[in-house]
Amino acid sequence: MHPAYSVILFTTASGAGYGLLALLGLVGFNHGQASSMVFGIVAMVIALGLITIGLLSSTFHLGHPERAWRALSQWRTSWLSREGVVAVLTYPPALAFGLVWSGLIEAPQWIAPLGIITAALAIFTVVCTGKIYSTLTTIRAWNTSVTVPVYVFFGLATGACLLAAITSIFGNFPAFLVSMSAMLLVITIGLKMTYWKHIDTEPRSYTMGDATGLGRIGEVSQWELPHSSLNYVQKEMGYVVARRHATRLRGLVVFALLFAIGFLLLSLVVPYAAILAAAVALFAAAVERWLFFAEAQHVSTLFYGAKSA
Amino acid sequence: MTSLPQPSAKKLGLVIDLDTCVGCQACATSCKEWNTQGFSGPLTDENPYGSDPSGVWLNRVHGYEVKEQGQADSRIVHFPRSCLHCETPACVTVCPTGASYKRAEDGIVLVNPETCIGCKLCSWACPYGAREYDQSHGVMKKCTLCVDRIYNENLVEEDRQPACVKACPTGARHFGDLGDADSKVSKLVAERGGYDLLPEMGYKPVNKYLPPRARRDATTVKPEALPKPDGSAFDRLFVWADKVLSGKKSSAASVVDNSGKLEG
Repeated sequence: MHPAYSVILFTTASGAGYGLLALLGLVGFNHGQASSMVFGIVAMVIALGLITIGLLSSTFHLGHPERAWRALSQWRTSWLSREGVVAVLTYPPALAFGLVWSGLIEAPQWIAPLGIITAALAIFTVVCTGKIYSTLTTIRAWNTSVTVPVYVFFGLATGACLLAAITSIFGNFPAFLVSMSAMLLVITIGLKMTYWKHIDTEPRSYTMGDATGLGRIGEVSQWELPHSSLNYVQKEMGYVVARRHATRLRGLVVFALLFAIGFLLLSLVVPYAAILAAAVALFAAAVERWLFFAEAQHVSTLFYGAKSA
Repeated sequence: MTSLPQPSAKKLGLVIDLDTCVGCQACATSCKEWNTQGFSGPLTDENPYGSDPSGVWLNRVHGYEVKEQGQADSRIVHFPRSCLHCETPACVTVCPTGASYKRAEDGIVLVNPETCIGCKLCSWACPYGAREYDQSHGVMKKCTLCVDRIYNENLVEEDRQPACVKACPTGARHFGDLGDADSKVSKLVAERGGYDLLPEMGYKPVNKYLPPRARRDATTVKPEALPKPDGSAFDRLFVWADKVLSGKKSSAASVVDNSGKLEG
């Protein structure tokens, strides 16, 4: 699948933003008001800023961005529509939570309920994003039960690193944040390695003979393409990263995530190291998202010469 | 609405005969000609006269080589591919705007070019690669089953068929109601063992493909099958003519060369 940069930016930025927002909601639910108003405001602005940048960038790849509002209508059947609806629904409680949690509005009794609602909606938005991909039966790599958890945990892990980074500058830096972020990163690495193992070992069940139905009379191979230059289907669905590069990039993702854990541990001594942890974790998420597309094979490639899908 | 309608009794679709298709591309070009000004038009071409032309086509004709068991030579099968107007099309249900829809009255799957946002998700959901994105208009294009021909009262009745069907010079494309077991197309499918593409994926395509027939006599393509000299007056005449034209006393000239190679 062709990795569109706007989609990679969207899913990594908004994933981290929703992860951070969910954790802030839980922090508010557990601990009440933010340790300082500046910390509260900065954390909320970064979370909602990343989400908004992500959502805006997701409209860049649309043919008609001005019609994007129509995407809110088909939530009964479409996970993409549900993602849009939940993303919009998250804003009012998130803004309200930000106001009371940071102390701009004095209403401490509202912090816990708004925090838990915001966290739930933020996580559900990322679940919807993952569902868009995991429900496509045409793409074997994505159509697995581990796709949604990978999306959710990348969001939470990068969000947690961001929270650690922001706390290292503005707040009281608790050791608890380090252990939580590191644990989320470990789970994320584990899930992603499960995903890769799955796509490497799961049999490719369809052949060119199945796609054309000509397998019933013999062994099928491609003789002639219908056109002389690449068409939309080949460009969009036929993008495949070379296996050698994929292996290296997978290594890069895991290394970057391990480095993030290392920087987090270092932040116990030098709190600002958490900023580096957030940077490498976001880098890892972007590379992982690029690979997510580039390693996925679409079943329609069988019509264009792929032996199996 | 991207929710699917109740299954319609009427299921309009195509039946494509892979035995008679000769891969002439007439269906693809007439589709392009009609539809570029039709419901889903225009079907834009990018850089059409340049070195790297591309464009939107709703019908593509592939060529596959099939090696049959027990046959020394493989055969070529021409394979037209377009939207199959599935009964449970995920391309419709994934659409976030309702621009993709399946018509309740006849099962035709269409895209409303006025409301499509060009997110391309429907093309990802289609296992058959049937949808093509129009870069210049920012919307998705697909086969309309010539919805603007088949019900068009401005056309004489015999022309109320999809453009591809009308154009096919070998009669390899058939249009009709596959929901009616007594229709001509349904009978053809029953008679010839028409099949679905990728039935395992569960999209329940309406369009059907008729498999290539077994070869009548696979040996006709082999040199041994060609007539042998039988010593008749005609044979002797040709042997004599060959000798005179060759201009040399060659004993090989008495053997008829069936290899088909030109003498160098």
